Amino acid sequence: MATTTLVKGARASRSTITLKLLMAASGILFILFVLAHMYGNLKAFSGHDAYNDYAEHLRVMGEPMVPREGFLWILRAALIVALVVHVGSAVALWKRAHRARSTRYVVKKNKASSLSSRTMRWGGLTLLLFIIWHLVNFTIGKVNVSGGSTNDPYNLLVDTFDTWWMTLIYLAAMLALAMHLHHGVWSSAQTLGLTNNARARRNAKTLGWILAVVIAGGFSLVPIFVLAGVITK
Amino acid sequence: MKVTLKIWRQPDAASQGAMHTYELDEVSEDMSFLEMLDVLNENLNAAGEEPVAFDSDCREGICGMCGLMINGEAHGPEVTTTCQLHMRSFKDGDEIVIEPWRADAFPVVKDLVVDRGAFDRIIQAGGFISVNTGSAPEAHSVPVPREDALRAFNVATCIGCGACVAACPNGSASLFMGAKITHLGELPQGQPERDERVVSMVAQHDHEGFGGCTNIGECTAACPKEIPLDVISRLNWDLHQAMRHGH
Repeated sequence: MATTTLVKGARASRSTITLKLLMAASGILFILFVLAHMYGNLKAFSGHDAYNDYAEHLRVMGEPMVPREGFLWILRAALIVALVVHVGSAVALWKRAHRARSTRYVVKKNKASSLSSRTMRWGGLTLLLFIIWHLVNFTIGKVNVSGGSTNDPYNLLVDTFDTWWMTLIYLAAMLALAMHLHHGVWSSAQTLGLTNNARARRNAKTLGWILAVVIAGGFSLVPIFVLAGVITK
Repeated sequence: MKVTLKIWRQPDAASQGAMHTYELDEVSEDMSFLEMLDVLNENLNAAGEEPVAFDSDCREGICGMCGLMINGEAHGPEVTTTCQLHMRSFKDGDEIVIEPWRADAFPVVKDLVVDRGAFDRIIQAGGFISVNTGSAPEAHSVPVPREDALRAFNVATCIGCGACVAACPNGSASLFMGAKITHLGELPQGQPERDERVVSMVAQHDHEGFGGCTNIGECTAACPKEIPLDVISRLNWDLHQAMRHGH
């Protein structure tokens, strides 16, 4: 791949750093989304009606300025675009990294990198598979593994997490999310050029820890408390 | 002491390489790593075998010429260049695996020697400032804040050895570029060409086939000059500033 030619007419927008910027921007949108999503899930602690009211409010948000589910679809469209951008850039950079070292080392040690930083790609794929299952479970397909009704969001939630292996799948996914956030938060700050000194770098890494624990922890509360029998139908 | 060396041997760029094993006796712990390889080569010469080709020049840790992957660590287990590594960092009976820098942008020339011309071309693309030759200008005519001067000097210690690329799982040269961008960008003399510099250097970096940065930090841990990771943030910042300015 090495060349002996100099690039003529270089364009900033065609660089690997631009791909990273796209990943950072779409990633930040995802972080805002999961924060809001986690907040909504915690409504399960307020009981059947509060949870279902929240679900209904999501659908009537913005009415009558927008039609029913109008605002929800704007959000969904933004998330779909962000997902395509995030995954597309990741695949392009993954391929590029693969080509950049076609002969691997016989022995290679990792000295400074965290486990989460080294598992961003496979962890990201895990999350992608989880997102597909999650949408089939609660949004597109509405699958009730215990055979109950699917038209009541709260009951579907309780039926799902009363099944121990479903709770296990969701907790595993939250572990993957926590790891992805731990590195992703700091990495996006670095890519946006916000960590230009040692202190800012430490702060960004701390923020990564905080968001990973708060978001993945917050999401995990509901499945755990359903399985423990605290949240019931 | 006695060591077992597993060394990558490759006759030339076009040939296939492989790991070869050599036993080396009577190694002194006061020897530098490269002196140890010199002794191996003398033995190989005496036996009528082809000596192991490796790069070195100043052997003082300041030129950036030497660089070997030693037991999976760029420049070995200490924070220093390969030439400043000594055999006291190893134990009697150790097995030492020695490989060349692995990056497609750094093709193997022979054995442990790689062609790092890609770094020269990144510098050629923008890692400079344009000044008129002639007598040096009065130093006090361009004041430089102390903090800026310190940072510029600290990152100017990058010797371009390529350890960052060798250690990076993506084969990215972002730490090298970041060091140059920060070094020149901190100083008043670097301002007029700041936008063109980052755009041209990054384009050349990508053109050479280096990978993208994932901010994992292996580069800075391998760097013999301890260039910090925040130079990559500066590199990224300068690139999107250049984009905003229409580049």
